[in-house]
Amino acid sequence: MLKSRVIPCLDVKDGRVVKGVQFVDLVDAGDPVESALAYDAAGADELCFLDITASHEDRGILMDVVRRTAEACFMPLTVGGGVRTIEDIRNLLLAGADKVSIMTAAVNERSFVKQAAEKFGSQCIVVAIDAKRISSNNEPPRWEIFTHGGRRATGIDAIHYAQEVAALGAGELLLTSMDRDGTKSGYDIELTRAISDSVSVPVIASGGVGTLEHLVEGIRDGHASAVLAASIFHFGEFSIRQAKEALSAAGVAVRMD
Amino acid sequence: MTTVIIDYGSGNLHSAQKAFEQAARAEGIATKILVTSDPEQVRKADRVVLPGVGAFADCRRGLDAVPGMIDAMKEFVFQSSRPFLGICVGMQLLAQRGLEYETSEGLGWITGDTVRIEPKDPALKIPHMGWNNLLRKHAHPLLENIPETLHAYFVHSYHLKAKNVSDIVATTDYGGELTALVARDTIAGTQFHPEKSQKLGLALIANFLRWAP
Repeated sequence: MLKSRVIPCLDVKDGRVVKGVQFVDLVDAGDPVESALAYDAAGADELCFLDITASHEDRGILMDVVRRTAEACFMPLTVGGGVRTIEDIRNLLLAGADKVSIMTAAVNERSFVKQAAEKFGSQCIVVAIDAKRISSNNEPPRWEIFTHGGRRATGIDAIHYAQEVAALGAGELLLTSMDRDGTKSGYDIELTRAISDSVSVPVIASGGVGTLEHLVEGIRDGHASAVLAASIFHFGEFSIRQAKEALSAAGVAVRMD
Repeated sequence: MTTVIIDYGSGNLHSAQKAFEQAARAEGIATKILVTSDPEQVRKADRVVLPGVGAFADCRRGLDAVPGMIDAMKEFVFQSSRPFLGICVGMQLLAQRGLEYETSEGLGWITGDTVRIEPKDPALKIPHMGWNNLLRKHAHPLLENIPETLHAYFVHSYHLKAKNVSDIVATTDYGGELTALVARDTIAGTQFHPEKSQKLGLALIANFLRWAP
């Protein structure tokens, strides 16, 4: 049967990992390629690079990182951050990314998703959705899409948007709760489930993981196909193996190869 | 030995090339891995790999757009006993027809059509994306010495529904059986991505490089 996936995410800036990966045996924790290799060996199911380089002109460095990672890691790699044009997607795929995640460009122009999926196939187009809860406590829950790291509201309903981009050809959704991101208080399970249950494509839960139980909740209660986390893995709090053992113990089928 | 990976504008050729190089190196197999769109190189190759991602019809058009490529592939496959491997859409193209968006002609080397996945459980997500087990239908050199516990990485919304059960080497379960590995004579194809399937993938690639049908 298909296994639920555990995906570590690395923030990459100017070709270096920020919030460095703290594995004991890494020679250079800031090197994304070395971190990727460590996660590959640890049994991660996929890897995600999020490029937070400020300047678009410095993309060449990211391409080099992607290229070197793809040469050494024989597992799926998703790259996102600052992807604005069809050319950006093509360059990342040629460098060795398997999937490309798009966010603001899709919010600004929905047809970009369709164009990208028609050009490269849905299987490599991930739409990243940053959502914030906008309903008050006594209302039925509602979430809105935000851009610019959660600073800019768009007025777009998250569930409606998810359905729209899935229909346009997104092959997967990377869903981040901006309320929970960085809080270590767990995924927004209501949001994750609301989106997962309303689209036919896989959803990756993201934002807020602090414990292994949070990963279990993302899949079991949020109905996500994959769980993404950054800091709990990077800072060595938990290993990929421990994450999988916790999922397995909770009855979630995972790959232990 | 020369192993050719066909470049027709589809597929992650860089990853495929590196995985083949790695598998060869790890197993001490002496082969050059050549990524090319030159039909002459295909004719001369010892082994040929047809990758492919995206939609069936697009890949077919891409292949047609390389002058002489399909003829060279046919010559390679039918006038020698040298091994041929299709990967993902490269495997689906082995079918007689592809029914994705539009009906288009396949290579017709494996009897059957490439059709949309229709899981019995409607809650199952499409694409079938992630790691799944291989359910072996019969023994094949490509699966030799690969433990049954290992997983393969899949990402697809269509699969090759092969008519002859003898062509189906392995399936995978996703609300019903999907074709994972087909083989007939010197031709083989994987729906999953060996170049992305870590241990299982590298082992299968090494088996392909050693395969002497």
